[in-house]
Amino acid sequence: MRRALSPVPIAVICVLLALVALLAYGLASNEPDRGVEEALVRGETEPAPDLELPKLGGGGHGSLADYRGQVVVLNFWASWCEPCKAESPLLERWHRRMAARDGTVLGVDMLDITEDAEDFIDEYGLSYPMLKDKDGHGIETFGVVQYPETFVIDRDGRITAVRRGPVDEQFMRAEVGPLL
Amino acid sequence: MRRAALLALLVLVALPAAATAQDCPKTTLADIEDEVMCPVCGTPLGLASEAPQAQRERAYIERLIERCRSKDEIKQALVVEFGDSVLALPGDQGDDDLGDVLVYVVPALGILLAAGGIGFAVVRWRRRGRGAAEGQGAAVAGADGSRLEDDMERYDL
Repeated sequence: MRRALSPVPIAVICVLLALVALLAYGLASNEPDRGVEEALVRGETEPAPDLELPKLGGGGHGSLADYRGQVVVLNFWASWCEPCKAESPLLERWHRRMAARDGTVLGVDMLDITEDAEDFIDEYGLSYPMLKDKDGHGIETFGVVQYPETFVIDRDGRITAVRRGPVDEQFMRAEVGPLL
Repeated sequence: MRRAALLALLVLVALPAAATAQDCPKTTLADIEDEVMCPVCGTPLGLASEAPQAQRERAYIERLIERCRSKDEIKQALVVEFGDSVLALPGDQGDDDLGDVLVYVVPALGILLAAGGIGFAVVRWRRRGRGAAEGQGAAVAGADGSRLEDDMERYDL
């Protein structure tokens, strides 16, 4: 006759299984959302999620919907991010270029200290509109996983290109130029 | 007369300093950084040693300390910058009473259950070991017992 297992090993096995399941869940839930890139690879474009945030430095809220009908280069950045410093002058140049053709760069300062962000804007002479994402809302809505990240949104509000990392002149010419 | 003037001068110098010290409730970075998060790192600020965002957050806290902000005011300023999730201590956020209680109760229950389980396992193991030893002792007594008796009889002990 088979002897029934003692409850202690069963409890230990259950606890171990629960820990493994928790670990697996943690790993799976931390996977970045790559839905936009996958759609672009298939040759499709996805509508940009709605994004409504306070304007950096106060003065109410701003939203992506405010720019409907325009080409928008949505740039997530932070003042402590070194690559953001490198791309900021380029984004400012492109903003000036785009403004004449009904387009804009829209900066989203994410998880950053406002004073530092304002110093950064002054230092690099950035004139494009800025929103403040104080609690990382963009991480969920746009699947932002690093700094900086840039999403190109066409006049219909669809994401046509993504750059995870700093943009360069080549990217802007290839992805933004044709939309203007 | 000269002594009185000197005393008056000392009082004049000391009073504003004392008033300033009273108005300026100096806290320390070390006191605050264990109670707030580094939002980008996802860890308490005290553990996020080298991350650039953590360095900026520390610098910001130090600036606020220099501006004579109290610990609560500094934590409030961090909430304005990063939202409620910057607060590391359960109860600081003040929006989830049940969750705040559970944060303390669940680990305590877990520790109690684990301690109980270990105790239970140890008691069972010792009982089983003792039972086995007694069984083995009886067997030895049965097998060697008669030989021992024989030996004792043979040597007339």
